[in-house]
Amino acid sequence: MSDTASCPACVGLPEGQLEKAASNGTNQIVLSLPGIHCVACINTVEKTLRALNGVANARVNLSMKRVTVGTNQPVAAEEMIEALELAGFEARVLDSSLLGAEGDAYGRSLMTRLAVSGFANMNIMLLSVAIWSGAVGATMHLFHWITAVIAIPALIYSAQPFFESGWRSLRVGKLNMDVPISLAILLASGISLYETIYGGYHSYFDAAVTLTFFLLIGRYLDHRSRKAAASAAAQLAALEVPRVLRIRNGVRQMVDFGDLSVGDCVQVLPGGRIPVDGVVTEGSGQIDRSLLTGESRPAAVDAGAEVTAGEISMNAPLTIRATTVGTDTTLRKMVTMVDQAEAMRNRYTAVADKAAAIYAPVVHILAFAAFAFWILWSGDFRLSINIAVAVLIITCPCAMGLAVPAVSTVAAGRLFRAGLLVKDGTALERLAEVDTVVFDKTGTLTMPTAGRDTLSPEAQGIARAMTQDATHPVSQAIAAALTDVAPAVIHDQQEHPGKGLSATWQGQEVRLGSGAWLGMGHGTYLQIGDGRPQKIHLRAELREGAVALVKAWREAGLAVHIVSGDDANETARIAAALDVDHWKAQTGPQDKVAYVEALAAEGRKVLMVGDGLNDTGALAAAYASVSPATAADASRAASDVVLLNDSLTPLIELPLLARAALKRIRENFTISTVYNVIAVPVALVGLATPLIASIAMSASSITVLVNALRLKGKKL
Amino acid sequence: MNVLVFLIPVSLLLGGLGLAAFLWSLRANQYEDLEGDAWRILSEDDDTPDQDS
Repeated sequence: MSDTASCPACVGLPEGQLEKAASNGTNQIVLSLPGIHCVACINTVEKTLRALNGVANARVNLSMKRVTVGTNQPVAAEEMIEALELAGFEARVLDSSLLGAEGDAYGRSLMTRLAVSGFANMNIMLLSVAIWSGAVGATMHLFHWITAVIAIPALIYSAQPFFESGWRSLRVGKLNMDVPISLAILLASGISLYETIYGGYHSYFDAAVTLTFFLLIGRYLDHRSRKAAASAAAQLAALEVPRVLRIRNGVRQMVDFGDLSVGDCVQVLPGGRIPVDGVVTEGSGQIDRSLLTGESRPAAVDAGAEVTAGEISMNAPLTIRATTVGTDTTLRKMVTMVDQAEAMRNRYTAVADKAAAIYAPVVHILAFAAFAFWILWSGDFRLSINIAVAVLIITCPCAMGLAVPAVSTVAAGRLFRAGLLVKDGTALERLAEVDTVVFDKTGTLTMPTAGRDTLSPEAQGIARAMTQDATHPVSQAIAAALTDVAPAVIHDQQEHPGKGLSATWQGQEVRLGSGAWLGMGHGTYLQIGDGRPQKIHLRAELREGAVALVKAWREAGLAVHIVSGDDANETARIAAALDVDHWKAQTGPQDKVAYVEALAAEGRKVLMVGDGLNDTGALAAAYASVSPATAADASRAASDVVLLNDSLTPLIELPLLARAALKRIRENFTISTVYNVIAVPVALVGLATPLIASIAMSASSITVLVNALRLKGKKL
Repeated sequence: MNVLVFLIPVSLLLGGLGLAAFLWSLRANQYEDLEGDAWRILSEDDDTPDQDS
């Protein structure tokens, strides 16, 4: 994954943002390629795949980071993955049914409807302007007829999403925003058709089509932001290896993941994801543990090493004896935890839905009251229904349907340019309400570095030799601090996962590792022979922008907390450096979730910022969440916003912009209310012509859009 | 006003052409990979798009 780092935009995108490939033919395989980022990658991948026997075609989609492979004879996906791995790309099969299968079809149908209604709208407006300008008699009737011929089929096709959604909601006895919309479109078309046939003066077809057009824009923007937000749980599940190569009694066989039992040996090919928690029995190589630890650097494993489901074997075939399978694996437990936490979050109601809940009944009562009053007053059914339709059109929720998606799209675009990827449609609204921030420490606020002051020169040489090729971040931090020291000559170096390193130096055993392993307290120690272990002081260095971020967020009125899996001394030191009073050390994943939930129980709206897989639960449980691009896939998937840069500085404006966006949304609602307050009385007294209705509706929609665009250049 | 007999069909036809062109480009997946296509144009290698992706 190291080559993705050169392209920051590549890093943060969750891998599974894909739709079902347009399924031409049955033999198509879709592979995810998280590492691709440029034209050279595209060419290499396509050439590699096309060179395979049986592959008819391969087409990379860089935006989605996937390749669609068409085959004319059966080719195993494993074969393609192996070929790609040799060419230097991590690849995995994507189960398109798991990952937002219907998304693209719906987006495309919305776009088509938008195009059709836009076409109809333009033509109808040309004719309507002529009528408003004073066309009378035969010309007006002709134009009404042409308008009807264009509008009716266009409306039947374009307005379907509103009819469907309105009908669904009516069937369960509820009123959503689409009910008054559908009613307005249907009534307006009906009365206009009637007026056209009987030679009347008022035709509302233009208003009905314009209404549909603007609402479809809102619907499409809304759909786009939703599509970007793939469910974290679905992504995690997609990481699981569906079929595995089992070795039992010397027989190699592809079996379903579910058929494995404890004690079975499975073979994982290079580039493959490890399906079970287990112990390596054969093979040695490097594995990518980023899913579980958030560390992006590979770790070395050999026979006897413990591995966890979800890790990727980078460069060597490994045979693994399963110690846990199925729902007991670490990965599955994590999925369950994220699932539960996401279910909590889905209870959030967007501002627009709250507004719609009040809006729909009010509009219906108003239109019906107008109708009832006029039919009692004048007894003229045709006039009364005309007035009711005018009321429905003027109160149209164009502004409401546009207010939220337009503001979210503008704000998300601005944040993307600053290096933040907004993944969730309601994220901004939730971020605006946040009053408490919980930071993870390691990997989020800090990056580890080592001090050398306490070690003898001899010990420094040994430490350098032992750590120079190691992959653990602590080892790398030690090695980085000792680059100017000549390494001592050591032999038989071994890595003990979770403990440390050992080697032989001048006939003595030397060990470098955690205090617990070497019988000491907290920290990292070096032991030479049977001597007393010497402590290596490790400092966690603050990430760039951390101090400014904490200060700015506190000024923005947020309470800052730190939870860390690290020891108390270290956490206290960082908390002091950042001037943070509330912190908790030595927390596991469940503790972090509990911490966030305890704050939530106090009525606080918590923003979680974290990167490791141990933060995933807390990220999903929090009211809103942010993770850096270096975070584990699952953490990125569970968070609302992904920070693409290394520096934390871009985050400073996040809550401010979110608040500005929420304010803009509320302003937009106010604007459309003001329009209604002015225009509705006009309609109620029967003075609203189709011209006035069209102007009121278009003007409110355009004002709302312009108001949303103002957010683009606003200084915070 | 007789000119309307021509003008209105012509305007509908032209608008319809535009609509058809847009729908064709949408159906032909031309908006699927804006980023990748922007890169591909710079590539010197033979890179014929396939017919059915």
